[in-house]
Amino acid sequence: MITPKNLDEALTLLADRAAGWKPCAGGTDLMVLFEAGKLNHTKFVNIAALTELHGIEERSDAIEIKALTTYTDILKHATIQREFPSLVTAAALTGAVAIQNRGTIGGNIVNASPAADSPPALLAYDAQVELISVKGVRRLAYADFHKGYKQMDLQPGELLKSVLLPRTHAELHHYYRKVGTRRAQAISKVCFCGVVEREDRIKNIRIALGSVAPIPLRARRTETFLIGKQLSSKIIDEAKKIIDQEISPIDDIRSTAKYRRRVTQNLLEEFLCGTGSTN
Amino acid sequence: MAENAIGQSVVRREGREKVTGQAKYVDDLSFPGMIFGATVRSSVPRGRIRTISFEGTIPWNEFVIVTAKDVPGKNIVALIEHDQPYLADGMVNHPEEAIVLLAHPDKYLLEEARRHVRIEIDPLPAIFTIEDSLAQKEIVWGKDNVQKSFLIETGNMKDAWTNGHVVVEGAYETGAQEQLYIEPQGMIAVANPADGVTVRGSLQCPFYIHKALIELFALPPEKIRVIQTETGGGFGGKEEYPTIIAGHAALLAWKSGRPVKIIYDRAEDMVATTKRHPSRTKIKTAVDKQGKLTAMNIDFVIDGGAYVTLSPVVLSRGTLHSFGPYACPNVKITSKAVATNTPPHGAFRGFGAPQSLFAIERHMDRVARKVGLSPDEFRRRNFLSDGKTMPTGQIVRDGVDLSALLDRALELSHFHDKRRRFARENTTSAIKKGMGLATFMHGAGFTGSGEAYLASIVAIEATKEGIVRVLTSSTEIGQGKNTVFAQIVAETLRIPIDRIEVTMPDTAIVPNSGPTVASRTAMVVGGLVAEAAKNLKELLKKKDIHFPVKVTAQYQQPKDISFDDKTYRGDAYGTYAWAVYVAEVSVDTVTYEAHVDDFVAVQEIGKVLNPTLASGQIEGGVAQAIGMVLYEKVEWKEGRMVNGQMTNYIMPTSVDVPPIRVFFEGVPYRHSPTGAKGIGELPMDGPAPAILNAIEDAIGVSINKIPCLPEDILEAMERSRA
Amino acid sequence: MPKQIITCTINGQSQRLDAHPMSRLLDVLREHGLTGTKEGCGEGECGACSIFFNGRVVNSCLVPALQAEGATMTTIEGIANGEQLHAVQEAFLKYGGAQCGICTPGMIMAAVALLKEKPNPTEADIREGLAGNLCRCTGYMKIFESVMRVFKGKGTDLEETCPHK
Ligand SMILES: Cc1cc2nc3c(=O)[nH]c(=O)nc-3n(C[C@H](O)[C@H](O)[C@H](O)COP(=O)(O)OP(=O)(O)OC[C@H]3O[C@@H](n4cnc5c(N)ncnc54)[C@H](O)[C@@H]3O)c2cc1C
Ligand code: FES
Ligand code: FES
Repeated sequence: MITPKNLDEALTLLADRAAGWKPCAGGTDLMVLFEAGKLNHTKFVNIAALTELHGIEERSDAIEIKALTTYTDILKHATIQREFPSLVTAAALTGAVAIQNRGTIGGNIVNASPAADSPPALLAYDAQVELISVKGVRRLAYADFHKGYKQMDLQPGELLKSVLLPRTHAELHHYYRKVGTRRAQAISKVCFCGVVEREDRIKNIRIALGSVAPIPLRARRTETFLIGKQLSSKIIDEAKKIIDQEISPIDDIRSTAKYRRRVTQNLLEEFLCGTGSTN
Repeated sequence: MAENAIGQSVVRREGREKVTGQAKYVDDLSFPGMIFGATVRSSVPRGRIRTISFEGTIPWNEFVIVTAKDVPGKNIVALIEHDQPYLADGMVNHPEEAIVLLAHPDKYLLEEARRHVRIEIDPLPAIFTIEDSLAQKEIVWGKDNVQKSFLIETGNMKDAWTNGHVVVEGAYETGAQEQLYIEPQGMIAVANPADGVTVRGSLQCPFYIHKALIELFALPPEKIRVIQTETGGGFGGKEEYPTIIAGHAALLAWKSGRPVKIIYDRAEDMVATTKRHPSRTKIKTAVDKQGKLTAMNIDFVIDGGAYVTLSPVVLSRGTLHSFGPYACPNVKITSKAVATNTPPHGAFRGFGAPQSLFAIERHMDRVARKVGLSPDEFRRRNFLSDGKTMPTGQIVRDGVDLSALLDRALELSHFHDKRRRFARENTTSAIKKGMGLATFMHGAGFTGSGEAYLASIVAIEATKEGIVRVLTSSTEIGQGKNTVFAQIVAETLRIPIDRIEVTMPDTAIVPNSGPTVASRTAMVVGGLVAEAAKNLKELLKKKDIHFPVKVTAQYQQPKDISFDDKTYRGDAYGTYAWAVYVAEVSVDTVTYEAHVDDFVAVQEIGKVLNPTLASGQIEGGVAQAIGMVLYEKVEWKEGRMVNGQMTNYIMPTSVDVPPIRVFFEGVPYRHSPTGAKGIGELPMDGPAPAILNAIEDAIGVSINKIPCLPEDILEAMERSRA
Repeated sequence: MPKQIITCTINGQSQRLDAHPMSRLLDVLREHGLTGTKEGCGEGECGACSIFFNGRVVNSCLVPALQAEGATMTTIEGIANGEQLHAVQEAFLKYGGAQCGICTPGMIMAAVALLKEKPNPTEADIREGLAGNLCRCTGYMKIFESVMRVFKGKGTDLEETCPHK
């Protein structure tokens, strides 16, 4: 492992594909895999100290969270608390304090676990991500970032630079619920994040899920179905059927596909019912 | 002196070292020239070893390699049956069975080398469940897979089922549970033919290891020395298994001539070492019009795993608790420990009793429902009390008033008020709440004639400088033995507690006061310590004493306690601790998660020697039992634990436990000089049935199997709806 | 991997550690004689290896040694002031917060961190603040009590702690 002096040096190292460098941020995912002998890599670039990737910036249209921002940083940030409360909840429910102090948002995204807890919040807030390499910076919708199990739109030599959360003046109802193996220091069995803007009818809605598909999932069909609808138990039942078709959970050592399906539907109902009166 | 005496919350003796990080656990020790040991294990559950080869570009000539053929004495772990080898020789009978040992100065290279030992095994058919073992789908142990069986019979069973009484049948299951002491297992050995064998490590029973190593090395007892290091939790997990690690480290040390340290990492500790025996119990009971039990037929079976280890004793305790704290004239209990091809199941706090008490206490609730009595009232009508007879023929003489314990628990938990309130509120809430209780006992000390047979000895030494040293083989594993023994001596001798030293067990120095198991330390060994202290006091009254002086005390079976190991009749335990536990539980019907919101533990444990330590034992036990019920599930695949990481084997964190409220009643035990009874295991028994009884109260669904995770609650709710 | 000299400050003293850059900080500290920091799992779950790293509590089993370059660390050995125990240590000792003691160093680090962050914690704060530190012995009750006692500064009267007399 080596520590580059600055971002440019880090990117130059990473650009040399043949050398096989892998970035290490907080190490909370990477060290577990490394110790278990599950990493092919033996050469690591210590990016933890790169000042260019630290910090949270508030702009009028968006909040920019740089990749090395830790959960603890997110938890303490007043604007994020106010405007993106589900991301704060996600951070508060990630591991426990010691993990929150070291784990970074960038690492959470690039580690690409379908059970990660921030991605559903980022998806529901319609985040964008910025990627940087020696070739420059590119930006894409976070919803397009995850391609398949542990596969991403991330080129060799690229680092995740930051996450951008678009700000809005709309009256939103935020819902985030992590169903883990226990109440803290837990891996999600189902994670549900929903944001809705509602007058009489549903004006705008975004729903995202963890642990029910190979990637963190935006439930687009369910959203499409719900937009413009007036909530009733019939509509909710139909939405539950649609979301059930959108997800593809599995049986594993932590839970069952059946449980994940049922709970996903229940959480959708809880989310929708909590948005105001139904009839 | 009063502040040090019995009944006071004297501060933990070794506490200062623990809170400052100075306490030395086995992995904190190092010896000159020390190298590290590792274990290569079987990848299949059952089979015949064909070849062992050492591959890759590993510098094998630098390694110390030990296989079965290097054993100087007998390759048999001396315990109850002599069926388990230290290193598999020819046959393997379970996954993760040790086959080859390696040692090297470089830990990292050692790990690399371990991955390059190739062991080819011709697989044989294997079985993994109690049902398959009972059905003899494959004979994997002895003639019929039965490692041990018991029968207890009293009264006349014949007419009980036909005379119009309410008959209820049920089947109950419990799963394996990992002890999950936070310090993984480890040992350091120094061994050579000239000096013999010395092992140090994390352990509960120094003389078990001592006895076993005599056989392993064919050495005289004085050539074997076992020393306990500070031990980071045991819970039974460090009762019999450390013998194997001690043997392994000693074999490597013997061959290499260098000190060898073996420390298991968490994954190895989880997959390779013992767990709580899975069980299944079938119960059939009859109840008359007055709500009294008239007949009980209990069939209790535990999964012993591939070798016998301690299963007969676990089965025995489970059998002797299977009828609960109830009187019943006609009883038949059959029980068996059967073999499967999983790693042997072993000692774990409660030792069979949590399994069989879970069954009877779930069953009692179900019967109460059937006969239309509240769970407390039905139990109350059937309680044992002084003068009543247990199915073993033992007459209760503890001075216990279970009814009064029950009243206190009901009141402290607001049992009936809350039940009524929850029943009302549950109809409109997604979160359903319920109350559940369990009443139970736990036999203190060894079962049957175990204590008489052990004949434990303790010694106390007084020096010229005025230091009093307590010498026992009882280990401090967090339960507070150092403190309680010091309190007992301080009280008896009326000296300040800081003049008393409680010696760390070292078989070269301490007499054999028996193993640290079976909730016996404070009661039995503590009693002997009090007696020895009295002897010392007498001695010190004499003139011209030549210091240091040493006195001993040895266990004598009280005249009025006797047990027949053949017929299983008599006083199974000298005394029992008695308890009533109440759980308040909520079940979230959105996520099917159950959570314990409040827990009341009322118990009669004899004289409470140190309230802080005693309530600490109860709280810890209740939390561990909550884990067993709601979170901790061993996922098996072909006899191997596949979730052997803390990430995937879920124990309760600080946010998962309820307030655990502990209350004591104390009726001093007549045969203990201190009045103390056993306490350590008791809290493991009650929470499981109390919690499942509360879940049934909350959602109206009867679940008779633990662990009971949200996925299981979902399944049960669907089944009951169907 | 060749070893490398890592310069850092541990318990107030500057140190030069000779370590593989990818070694776990936990091992480096323990090999340096600081064995008060324990290993319970090696995967960030148990908290037995908790230390302060640049002022925040972290799991030392998940920190690659190289990242300790220039860092300021405190381990359990640096918590007491000479013979004078830290108030949290004192409380754990008195109120039964330590049983087998293996989780205790990490638990105390987490508790000190919590009290630094929230000097007047509620019970919920304490539960959350310690959720990354597993204890198999105590059932956590006496640990909560120990932390509560520190902040209430309720003297050292043992009598108070015996609710069961
Ligand atoms: C005990 C424990 C509990 C946990 N609990 C949770 C939980 O509840 N919820 C949850 O979601 N996660 C949890 N995690 C996972 C982990 O903490 C998070 O995923 C964390 O955010 C990872 O960040 P890091 O900085 O530690 O990443 P690292 O381990 O440093 O890196 C992770 C991966 O991302 C890559 N990477 C890191 N940063 C960048 C970057 N800027 N650009 C490109 N690639 C990068 C690395 O190469 C590596 O492949 C837990 C982990 C542990 C050990
Ligand atoms: S050893 Fe680091 S968290 Fe368990
Ligand atoms: S005191 Fe033993 S694990 Fe906490």
